[in-house]
Amino acid sequence: MARALITMPKTAKRGEIVEIRTLIAHPMETGYRAGDDGQLVPRDLIRRFSCRYDGELVFSAELFPAVAANPYITFCTLATASGTLQFSWEGDRGFSQTENVVLTVT
Amino acid sequence: MRRWWLALCVVASVGAASDTRRSGFEFMTPETQAIQRDDAQNPAMLWVQEGAAAWERKAGTAARACIDCHGAAPTSMKGVATRYPAFDAATRRPITLGQRINACVVDRQHAAALVPESQELLALESFVAMQSRGLPIAPPEDPRLAPFRERGEKLYRQRIGQLDLSCAQCHDERAGGRLAGATIPQAHPTGYPIYRLEWQGLGSLQRRLRGCISGVRAEPFSYGAVELTELELYLARRATGMKIETPAVRP
Repeated sequence: MARALITMPKTAKRGEIVEIRTLIAHPMETGYRAGDDGQLVPRDLIRRFSCRYDGELVFSAELFPAVAANPYITFCTLATASGTLQFSWEGDRGFSQTENVVLTVT
Repeated sequence: MRRWWLALCVVASVGAASDTRRSGFEFMTPETQAIQRDDAQNPAMLWVQEGAAAWERKAGTAARACIDCHGAAPTSMKGVATRYPAFDAATRRPITLGQRINACVVDRQHAAALVPESQELLALESFVAMQSRGLPIAPPEDPRLAPFRERGEKLYRQRIGQLDLSCAQCHDERAGGRLAGATIPQAHPTGYPIYRLEWQGLGSLQRRLRGCISGVRAEPFSYGAVELTELELYLARRATGMKIETPAVRP
């Protein structure tokens, strides 16, 4: 049950700075904690987040065990032309989620 | 004339100051408050979003979705959470909003009951409860609830566990004080299900109560136990008129 919330304007003026806020459901298990049975819970982290604007990488981040569950990442980009922003999260155990949001530039 | 005016001022100030009840929100740091104020930051919205999808998803052998009977939640579910726990005629006991949802899942959708505290149930419960955000808590004036609520109040004031503490000793007598690094809130159930930073997830009021009960080294009641619902009934009466904040964030 992977879910993501992306908050950003649908339209922007050319040259305007757009604030993008993302939230994704993920346990971000560090691999250092023991479960109820005393055994270590295997590490399960999102390792990398990236945002591509019409194929061009505009933002990326590496994530580590110190990041809390359900990571919230916010950043800005310059609205250049109408296009699709592709957000992708990749991590342990083959975790991968991609969301697309269309930005119309006037 | 002047005396009259003075008396009026005194009455007015007493009227405004007489309600000393404070939501747990007001005991939080500005940073945690900011997470709750902004839906784009509030991780509980992930569950709400899931609940909104579940509201429209057909389930069970009846192949019926919540929306097929209830219609759009923003209108049909508005204010519902302010009235729970409510008396359930079928089981002749008070039930919580989560138990009401589960009864619907079993009786109307003919689906398997959702496990208490499961992500699916919390998602639906938070979605339904959010439709009452900003509305005052309004427990039903149902005489059948009275004996349960009285037992709830008794439990609230009863010393329990190896620490020999009652709910009232912390949350009535020492609210605003500190328990180690944490501020003791007044225990008003205004924002459940809550996203608790300590849990790194969403949890119901029963989970919170169980946490407190095991915190004073007493044996917690199991999920769905009538004692927990009785406590919830008393807490709802105690918080009557306070505004629902669901989905709230707490430290």
